Amino acid sequence: MTTPDREPRSPENARHAWSRLRRAGAPSFSRSNLLAMLLAASLGFAIITQVRQTSVQGLENLREDELVRIFADVDQDGERLGDEVRDLQTSLELLESRTTGEAEAQRAAQERLDALGILAGTAPAAGPGIILRISDPQRAVEATLLLDAVQELRDAGAEAMQIGDVRIVANTWFADTPDGVSVSGTEVRPPYVITAIGDANTLAGAMQIPGGVTATSRRVGAEATVDIRTRVVVDALLSVATPQYARPVPTTNP
Amino acid sequence: MIPAIGLALGIVVGLLLEPAVPIWLQPYLPIAVIAALDAVFGAVRAILDGIFSDKVFVVSFLSNVVVAAFIVFLGDKLGVGSQLSTGVVVVLGVRIFSNVASIRRHLFDA
Repeated sequence: MTTPDREPRSPENARHAWSRLRRAGAPSFSRSNLLAMLLAASLGFAIITQVRQTSVQGLENLREDELVRIFADVDQDGERLGDEVRDLQTSLELLESRTTGEAEAQRAAQERLDALGILAGTAPAAGPGIILRISDPQRAVEATLLLDAVQELRDAGAEAMQIGDVRIVANTWFADTPDGVSVSGTEVRPPYVITAIGDANTLAGAMQIPGGVTATSRRVGAEATVDIRTRVVVDALLSVATPQYARPVPTTNP
Repeated sequence: MIPAIGLALGIVVGLLLEPAVPIWLQPYLPIAVIAALDAVFGAVRAILDGIFSDKVFVVSFLSNVVVAAFIVFLGDKLGVGSQLSTGVVVVLGVRIFSNVASIRRHLFDA
């Protein structure tokens, strides 16, 4: 079909065209008109069908090369995502191991803190042990006797001790006062009650040895009684003063 | 007027039935639709030229559809289906444009 160049038309010609169109569009139920309508209907039907088909188009009516391209894309995506998964897995494992390491270190630190707290007297302690009571009606017990008792208990493996309400630690000192004994500056009066945590039988035995605490007490007119308990509590606390001169030296292994 | 009603009717029926295109028809339907559109615009132009004939319209409509589908079919068999489809669409598109231009000149003198 060719499209010959047309000479300019007059307005009359245009009117002519409109009327021709109107005449063609006038409803006339001839056979050919019905056939045209049938074809037009099938065209409309086909258009809508195709539009719907296109909007729900899946992979089934793509061509081979397009499918190959899509397949390659998916393959590439899969590899990339697989790499990503591996990376994330690695960092997850790293973080998990670091966390467990930190928890481990924290537990160890807590254990050290507890041990040092009991040793320094900053933490209360409980466990099997003895309660040594020295009644002193004649005020004859001196600081040396209490110091001896403490040393005996230490030798017998006492891990935490207190006398009266005073915790006994490495730098605890005893001095005589008119009314009783001064323990690290705190006045303690008879009867003297020493609570010690350790192997109860060993501690009790250490008090009974000849020339030991019990014998000495009896000699000065006092009486020492030992009470074995499955659980005693040492709850007197000391506050730790920061050392003024001593500085810790870093060591490689804590 | 009657064919316009038919077109609208076909669209409505298509919307209501929501038909699925059979797989064997899928490559050919879009091309067939373009070919039919070309026939329709050709018919309108023929009306305006005063040379419209029912017989010519029906035959050109059907032959357009069949030939377009056949070209696509042949292209698929030869392994140049997508290129040939593009070619057919381009040719039909050009024809539709030229027909529309002619219709416009008739109706609007522009």
